[in-house]
Amino acid sequence: MKLLYFAWVRERIGLAEEEIDPPAGVATVGELVAWLTQRGEGYAYAFENPKVIRTAIDRNHVRADTRIDGAHEIAFFPPMTGG
Amino acid sequence: MTTTIRLQREAFDVGAEAELLTRGRTDIGAVVTFTGLCRADENGEPIAALTLEHYPDMAEAEIARHVEEARARWPLIGVTVIHRYGRIAPGEVIVLVVTASSHREAAFAAASFLMDYLKTRAPFWKQIEKVSGKNWVDAKDTDDAAAARWSEPPPRHEAAK
Repeated sequence: MKLLYFAWVRERIGLAEEEIDPPAGVATVGELVAWLTQRGEGYAYAFENPKVIRTAIDRNHVRADTRIDGAHEIAFFPPMTGG
Repeated sequence: MTTTIRLQREAFDVGAEAELLTRGRTDIGAVVTFTGLCRADENGEPIAALTLEHYPDMAEAEIARHVEEARARWPLIGVTVIHRYGRIAPGEVIVLVVTASSHREAAFAAASFLMDYLKTRAPFWKQIEKVSGKNWVDAKDTDDAAAARWSEPPPRHEAAK
């Protein structure tokens, strides 16, 4: 699946997007964040406070307990500040 | 209902966009426009510019979902939402919401509803350029509270087609 990162999540990880293939035990958004956190310092910094991170699956807002199977595109970003 | 949603880098003409919604029509009795502008200061510190980052496909889809929600709540005749991205200087427009209806109550309420949701649900992020450096704008609790007041939906009307 494709992951997208925006704003300071993108800056901290150092990537705008990447393709990943998480292990079988990673079933929900929250579990994906926990798995990503272990991938390096930038990820750990980006996800240091998982409660503030917002997530979208295939362009729809979702919660941490949402299952990720079947997702094509998962985006992580800070709370939105448009308008 | 006439719906226009645009995400663009370029500035736009507020008056012309509002005029486009009403041109040639005699059923519209009220047009409300909200324009968001870039201020020259943030908490008393001067800013050089804002840069808006966005998630293009989702931003368009999310705005369309909220326009649809507004249409279901109020008898709207037309809605225009334009949101810029990229670098924006103080004094320039950032966002425009135009709502048109037969009467003012629906137009006011729908414009307010759309702005509250744009602030908290549309995937845009503001970064401020100051002399001292760049920083991302923090989300405000007051914006979340403003959006939350719409979460008790009023009785739905038969939407105007």
